[in-house]
Amino acid sequence: MTTRSPRSEGWVRRAPLLPALVFTIVVTQIPFLLTIYYSFQSWNLVRPGSQHFVGFDNYVAVFTDSQFRGVALNTIIMTLGSVVIAVILGLLLALLLNRHFVGRGVVRTLLVTPFLITPVAAALLWKTTLLDPTYGLINFVLGGQTIDWISQYPLASVMAALVWQWTPFMMLLLLAGLQSMPGDQVEAARVDGAGAWSIFVELTLPHLRRFLELGIVLGAIYLVNTFDAVYMITQGGPGTASANLPFYIYQRAFLGFDIGQSAAMGVVVVILTIIVATFALRLVFRSFGAAGES
Amino acid sequence: MRRSAADGATGPRGRGAPHGPRRGARLPFLAVLAVGLLGLVTGCSGAGALGAEPGVQTVTVAIVSNSQMKDAIKLSPQFEAENPGIRMRFVSLSENEARAKITASVATGGGEFDVVMISNYETPQWAQNGWLTDLQPLVDSTPGYDPADFIPTVRDSLSYHGHMYSVPFYGESSFLMYRKDLFEQAGLVMPAQPTWQQVADLAAKLTDRSKGRAGICLRGKPGWGEMLAPFDTVLNTFGGRWYDPQWHAQLTSPQVQQAAQFYVDLVRNYGEPGAAQAGFSECATQFGQGNAAMWYDATSAAGTVENPDESTVVGKVGYAPAPVVATPSSGWLYSWSLAIPKTSPHPDAAWKFMSWMTSKQYMQRVGTQLGWTSLPPGSRLSTYRIPQYQQAAAAFGPTVLNAIQSANPQQPTVQPVPYQGVQFLRIPEFQDLGTRVSQQMSAAIAGQKTVQQALDQSQEYAATVGESYQ
Amino acid sequence: MAATVEETSTTTSAPARTEGPRRPSRVGPVLLTTLTWIVAIGFFFPVLWMVLTAFKSEAAAYTDPPTLFFSPTLEQFRAVFDAGIGPYLANSLAATAISTIFVLVLATPAAFAVSLRPVEKTQDVLFFFISTKMLPVVAAIVPIYVVVNEIGALDNIWTLIVLYTAMNLPIAVWMMRSFFLEVPKELLEAASIDGASLGRTLREVVLPIISPGIFATALICVIFAWNEFFFAVNLTAANAGTVPVFLVGFITSEGLYWARLSAAATLAALPVVLAGWFAQNKLVQGLSFGAVK
Repeated sequence: MTTRSPRSEGWVRRAPLLPALVFTIVVTQIPFLLTIYYSFQSWNLVRPGSQHFVGFDNYVAVFTDSQFRGVALNTIIMTLGSVVIAVILGLLLALLLNRHFVGRGVVRTLLVTPFLITPVAAALLWKTTLLDPTYGLINFVLGGQTIDWISQYPLASVMAALVWQWTPFMMLLLLAGLQSMPGDQVEAARVDGAGAWSIFVELTLPHLRRFLELGIVLGAIYLVNTFDAVYMITQGGPGTASANLPFYIYQRAFLGFDIGQSAAMGVVVVILTIIVATFALRLVFRSFGAAGES
Repeated sequence: MRRSAADGATGPRGRGAPHGPRRGARLPFLAVLAVGLLGLVTGCSGAGALGAEPGVQTVTVAIVSNSQMKDAIKLSPQFEAENPGIRMRFVSLSENEARAKITASVATGGGEFDVVMISNYETPQWAQNGWLTDLQPLVDSTPGYDPADFIPTVRDSLSYHGHMYSVPFYGESSFLMYRKDLFEQAGLVMPAQPTWQQVADLAAKLTDRSKGRAGICLRGKPGWGEMLAPFDTVLNTFGGRWYDPQWHAQLTSPQVQQAAQFYVDLVRNYGEPGAAQAGFSECATQFGQGNAAMWYDATSAAGTVENPDESTVVGKVGYAPAPVVATPSSGWLYSWSLAIPKTSPHPDAAWKFMSWMTSKQYMQRVGTQLGWTSLPPGSRLSTYRIPQYQQAAAAFGPTVLNAIQSANPQQPTVQPVPYQGVQFLRIPEFQDLGTRVSQQMSAAIAGQKTVQQALDQSQEYAATVGESYQ
Repeated sequence: MAATVEETSTTTSAPARTEGPRRPSRVGPVLLTTLTWIVAIGFFFPVLWMVLTAFKSEAAAYTDPPTLFFSPTLEQFRAVFDAGIGPYLANSLAATAISTIFVLVLATPAAFAVSLRPVEKTQDVLFFFISTKMLPVVAAIVPIYVVVNEIGALDNIWTLIVLYTAMNLPIAVWMMRSFFLEVPKELLEAASIDGASLGRTLREVVLPIISPGIFATALICVIFAWNEFFFAVNLTAANAGTVPVFLVGFITSEGLYWARLSAAATLAALPVVLAGWFAQNKLVQGLSFGAVK
């Protein structure tokens, strides 16, 4: 064995990490730096020669845009609402599946399918087959109504598709959590005369806690970036009733071609996300940093 | 069996604790592999698409996926057969998406496309920006192309300083379609030049919710190319305008308020279900399936309505000019046309295909192979002199030609305006402004906002844009 | 679905919570099972309907009330292939497969460096990786577009491959790390006492243990890459479009053809659905960042 200096020793340790780290930094961070730069420019793509430095003008515009606030609120409702509903439904389904019964494997297979469907296809399915006012299945099931779901309840329509896709994920995760529960504890509690409800509240839920946290954090990470469903189902409409921040920024950038303003919105969203994410990440670290780290 | 992750909390701790003094001497092999791979990635990312053949020029066309364009794609192998050195690739996108993609590509000099489908909204602006190839020399030097045959209003709208920068594939105005059979049953008559008030009365009488039938189908889907197009013609003919000549926004003027209230009431009371999501294609389905008694939309809809594969109301439809109030005519003027971005590496091959697709011979080709109702309408005067087309389009042909020829983008409304265009304002900010205003109007149609609220918000947007012109 | 069978056997120790303290009656479980089945079918029904619609003629797709019985036709699938889904499928396949390979090649050593032989500041590195997932993609799309355009890589499948690799890499590092942590320390120590080099230890001791984990990671990467839409729609045109882009382009502006759309959607979703079905347990493992073993 050759002896190494602590310095080169450190690099040997780091070497396997570096390619991934450098790659991630280059591909994900450089665009963000550029976003910050653009956010101080006035630049409309369809007005050539319009690019010039404007300081904080774009940020002022973002904060005085009442639509932006509405859209931010939509994003929060859409993300939190979908995650919470999906977690609750997922938990109920997991409880239903945490038993022995005929065809359990088949049931799980059926239930997991919505999560696997390409989101664009799933959104299309909701927009046409399920929610269409004239030919949609949901109105048919409700006895031939002609409710125009997508115009009247745009946010709820998008959320329905999201919940449908994410409930299976929560179900899988929580089912795995339930199955990792030591049976003897439950047995002991039962012998002590504990009822089903108190076993659920006092044993099951605490045990599931980190699975719930994980589901919420992962769900939120993906759902806050929802684009496909909004784009396909409502195009953010009517008005901006169902637009979320990703869709709104996309519109500012690729329909408005206002690069400066969309960049400023992007920066604001990143800052807000960092604030929220710091809390969320603590949760992740507490949940599984523990799982073996450090 | 299943180690609960919670157990991990009590698992081994001690970050950075040394794992023993010995370390593999060959450790970096993974790193080397990974770095090599990175090199591979960056090396390859410069390369183009897979499978380019030598000596063959590939012409990439971005088009909007309307039925006439799909016909062109279907017929394009014949072009390739006649021009062995050219291979065609098509990207067909929905209207909103095509617009976003094409604008982004052309504005940034993306160069993915050799031919782009744009309209009379973009052409003069982009020509001015220097983004498009001047087609006039090509037009003039192509024997038998006959540019004088293009309908004058359309040709003018695609020209900048007298040079054509895009060539029309089809042109359209707007008109009113109505079900002659239903009118007859109800004992109603469509006036030769209807007014909007008359249309509203007719719609009220023809709405029959128990049969799932709407009195009229009108677009409500947000997008400046969607609901804003018909709404703008209503706004204009009610005497409203977007700006006064000094660029002061006018969207809360009494005329605009009246127009907006009228449009929203009409579609809410007598319109199709799901109106706030209905655009051209949704209305085409509704009207084609017999679920609406009238439909005010693009003249190009006639091809769909009279096509037995897509419509159950063939032969039952009458056509009337766009309804008016205070202007003598109100139809819009629109043309899907083909242009060559300056960045195209194969402008000559691109022109060969464009001239093929917009030629008189192409009309014959479509007519004989796909049927005479499938001709792309509204581009060439000679189309309306083809006997087979005259016969096939007897019900609507003359109305369409008339509407296109009488559209007036220079003076769209009663009072003077500082902009050009009927259903759009030819300023770069309009795509964004129009989309935002259409979102407001769509929200009013969905009942999420009052017309007043929608217009107040729209006025704010319009004022911001107007300031940059004052 | 062999995996499912294996899994039920592990749960014998966890009796159904709902049974209550007394001997369970026969009725309760039957009701619950029925309910479970109804809910499952309800969740699955839209998918089933999509597949059924794909085999209908256009006229049969647009009926009110909807019909369950119809004479099936392959006409719609033929139409989808005629419309040229082929190259898009090939692009999706290439983007998914190559980016997944890249992710594994980059993530495996990185995960090793933050697990078995942790570098200093492991926490910070992990934090950094996961934080890139939290940043909204949309905030970076404009610069990405501009940069990709500058280097002439718009509408190039390699652009998507690089972006998908970056998109999946952070999750992959986290997942793989949790699998590496599963490797018993004693085994490593034993190997190192035997004088095995690290490379050999990795290949002969570690790899066999974590290979199911690698598979789980790969599956997740495949799902997300195959389904990705945002980058694909903004950065591709004629050459590099993927299946979701095809699907959107297929929604024509001349009336919506539901049957044909359903056929296209079915084709788009099929590969990932099948993969997910046959590897359900891997799916759970991967998505829980290995917290579920």
